[in-house]
Amino acid sequence: MDLVIARPEGLYCPAGDFYIDPWRPVERSVITHAHGDHARTGNGHYLASSASEGILRARLGQDINLQTLPYGQRLTHQGVTLSFHPAGHVLGSAQIRLEYGGEVWVASGDYKIEPDGTCAPFEPVRCHTFITESTFGLPIYRWQPQAQVFAEINQWWQANIALGKASVLFCYSFGKAQRILHGIDETLGPILSHGAVEPLNRVYRDAGVYLPPTLYAGDVKKNDPLLRQALIIAPPSAGGSSWMRRFGDYSDSFASGWMRLRGTRRRRGVDRGFVLSDHADWPGLLWAIEQTGAERVMVTHGSIGVLVRHLRERGLDAQGFNTEYGDDEEDNTTAEPAIAEVQP
Amino acid sequence: MKDFAGLYAELDATTSSNAKLAAMQAYFAQAAPQDAAWAVYFLSGGRPRQLVPVRILRELAVEVSGLTPWLFEESYQAVGDLAETISLVLPENPHTSEAGLAQWIEDKLLPLRGETPDYLSRQLPLLWAQLDRPSLMLCIKLITGSFRVGVSKLLVTRALASMAGLDSKRVAQRLVGYTDLSNRPDAASYLKLIAPESSDEHAQRGGQPYPFFLAHALAQPVEQFEALLGPASHWQVEWKWDGIRAQVVKRDGRLWVWSRGEELVTERFPELDSLVHGLPDGTVIDGEIVVWKTARPSTEDAFDPQSSAPPAVQPFALLQQRIGRKTLDKKILEEVPVVVLAYDLLEWQGEDWRNQPQARRRTQLEQVIARCNNPVLLPSPVLTGEDWFDLARQREASRRLGVEGMMLKARDALYGVGRTKDMGVWWKWKVDPFSVDAVLIYAQRGHGRRASLYSDYTFAVWDGPPESSQRALVPFAKAYSGLTDAEMREVDSIVRKTTVEKFGPVSSVKPSLVFELGFEGIALSRRHKSGIAVRFPRMLRWRQDKTVDEADSLATLQDLLA
Ligand SMILES: [Zn+2]
Ligand SMILES: [Zn+2]
Repeated sequence: MDLVIARPEGLYCPAGDFYIDPWRPVERSVITHAHGDHARTGNGHYLASSASEGILRARLGQDINLQTLPYGQRLTHQGVTLSFHPAGHVLGSAQIRLEYGGEVWVASGDYKIEPDGTCAPFEPVRCHTFITESTFGLPIYRWQPQAQVFAEINQWWQANIALGKASVLFCYSFGKAQRILHGIDETLGPILSHGAVEPLNRVYRDAGVYLPPTLYAGDVKKNDPLLRQALIIAPPSAGGSSWMRRFGDYSDSFASGWMRLRGTRRRRGVDRGFVLSDHADWPGLLWAIEQTGAERVMVTHGSIGVLVRHLRERGLDAQGFNTEYGDDEEDNTTAEPAIAEVQP
Repeated sequence: MKDFAGLYAELDATTSSNAKLAAMQAYFAQAAPQDAAWAVYFLSGGRPRQLVPVRILRELAVEVSGLTPWLFEESYQAVGDLAETISLVLPENPHTSEAGLAQWIEDKLLPLRGETPDYLSRQLPLLWAQLDRPSLMLCIKLITGSFRVGVSKLLVTRALASMAGLDSKRVAQRLVGYTDLSNRPDAASYLKLIAPESSDEHAQRGGQPYPFFLAHALAQPVEQFEALLGPASHWQVEWKWDGIRAQVVKRDGRLWVWSRGEELVTERFPELDSLVHGLPDGTVIDGEIVVWKTARPSTEDAFDPQSSAPPAVQPFALLQQRIGRKTLDKKILEEVPVVVLAYDLLEWQGEDWRNQPQARRRTQLEQVIARCNNPVLLPSPVLTGEDWFDLARQREASRRLGVEGMMLKARDALYGVGRTKDMGVWWKWKVDPFSVDAVLIYAQRGHGRRASLYSDYTFAVWDGPPESSQRALVPFAKAYSGLTDAEMREVDSIVRKTTVEKFGPVSSVKPSLVFELGFEGIALSRRHKSGIAVRFPRMLRWRQDKTVDEADSLATLQDLLA
């Protein structure tokens, strides 16, 4: 019997009668991570990793019915043994390990291989069946070491300072923004955050993740000379809005795995594209799958068809799961309404 | 190679002309002359013919990357550009080649042409292994002859001029013919481009043409013309031909024909040879080469908007077929004959006439043509109208006449260089300069007279090529004009039958209807899901002959952006 099946409400565990990251409201949900397309409001009960508690409550409401479990600790529910293991994607992100009648399944949610210092690094978990994402499931997606990307961002910022221009960096406000803050050279100049980013910074700091001091962009006046040296972290939805006017002459950039392709870079219409993703690249996906030792692989959101075919050619029993997860590397504002902006 | 790849990346990354200019200046300031010579060649549009068959490149990329062919194909579909795909799937290498651009082109790449597949599959991986990723992509683009980057020749000219302290018109003049296939760039030819001005330089020598003066698109509604351009009587108005822009140069008893790409095309058009007799030395004429079928004696008759006779100018496709031929036999010359429709005189009696006013050049041109008296040289007729509205009415005949619209040239303007605007402007006033086939996905009930009909539509194009199985329709434009009332009623009834969901007055429909959509302008937009915004979209016609799968994709729109 399959431990997890795809249902219209989400990925479902029949033995335990609960859903993993459901996209429609259900009674019992187990959540891999707090991105809007994986953690939605309206469920009767939530179970998640302890590390994700702050962020889940900040996004879904302080009063959600949430139970948490530290990474690695086991809980048995209706005979299903359940535990969370770091996925290295964003703060609190977890793979969910399920064991029932000697069968072990792991649902990865979203994951990234390279440790980034803002969340517990990815840990491979042995299993019989692995449910993997496939956001960047094509061989063209191979990431450089992040230190190289941060060096590029620093250089761009420095060059803008030399020209007296503000540096506006667009990125996903939860996860990517904090990873960038953690990784850049804070000595170069002042750092400002957009109202959608600042509250999340607070959650990261409360969780003990070091982020350099940031100013709330709304507190800085238009034409303040400080802007000419500043790095501004903002969600992609702020681009092209009137919010941008306050920065005067600025250079803009976008950080996402999709920036690997020239076409997406150009379509984005920003001055620079930085290839930085919170998902595994192609070698990363294959490595992670191999590490689990799984013989069966269920592929969710992304390049399902490609990854399934490739794994089958390598002798694995692979199939696709259709899900309604989105793309947190893009400007997916519809999936992201959950946190209030700071009022100026 | 690495430096030029760096320049390419910088030029590619920005949309700002100033940033592009600065990047080119920085490159030229440090580049060795022989490398700069090739850089100028590629940046101003020069392209050597393809050096290695694409099939071999693909096979080799599959082999070296260790991917299965289908996985390579999927990657290619996702990227859309072969050179980029190959550079993304090959193993990443540190850059170890010290050789500059010229050495790469001359010693490593050009010798690949005509080599056996065996040799190529041994040699290419050795070359690739010396290059980092940006250089590798560039290298493959050079091999396939697909190098393109968003800089205009004018911008290259400005970069060189400011670096050398020269007038940019002078540099433009020197650059003419630089990218012709017969020219092989070297250090000497580059140094000539940026050398200090010499005293006898103004005297034209040999077959050198002048830099072409290029037109700007005019997209404003005709109601604004009076305010923008002044009275129509100040303008010389002509049809905009869909042919090959060309200069005919007659000097020293010889004739040269140059295309707008500044390629020497004399041999492609042997029927123009006879002009060597009718035109005096020191004559340069600017005009359009078109395929011409002579049922009618003069251009005036053929382009009388009232005339219902078939036009004498033939579709561009015919001309293209003829250009594609390696040899021109008698049959082709008879079946696809060309003429020059002349519209400007740039040199007369050995003197540069570009600083003469347009009207004066035109009068003189007509005399030159009359005296030449050769049926392959015809004047492009001047159109007259009472006012702009009258001209707009005449312009409606464009499609039927096989022309793209009208050209507007100020009667007192000089002949500029490239797309300059300081000496006067040529406007191209095209009919529906842009069009794509799009799918109707939402319909909304109209207002007033159309309140009961679904008359306002949202159109979408595909976000991937037909081969990709997961492609979706992305909305990009709304349009509500262009259909007849009868057509609209028919569409209305189909919308009612195929409605999937209703949101108030809006219905989403099962995609089944394809329309040719015309629009006046296109730009990048972050507010639109498609990433693209179009100006003044309207329906040109209902493509009942096309299925939804045959509609255009976002890539078509993106191509129009250039
Ligand atoms: Zn996520
Ligand atoms: Zn996801």
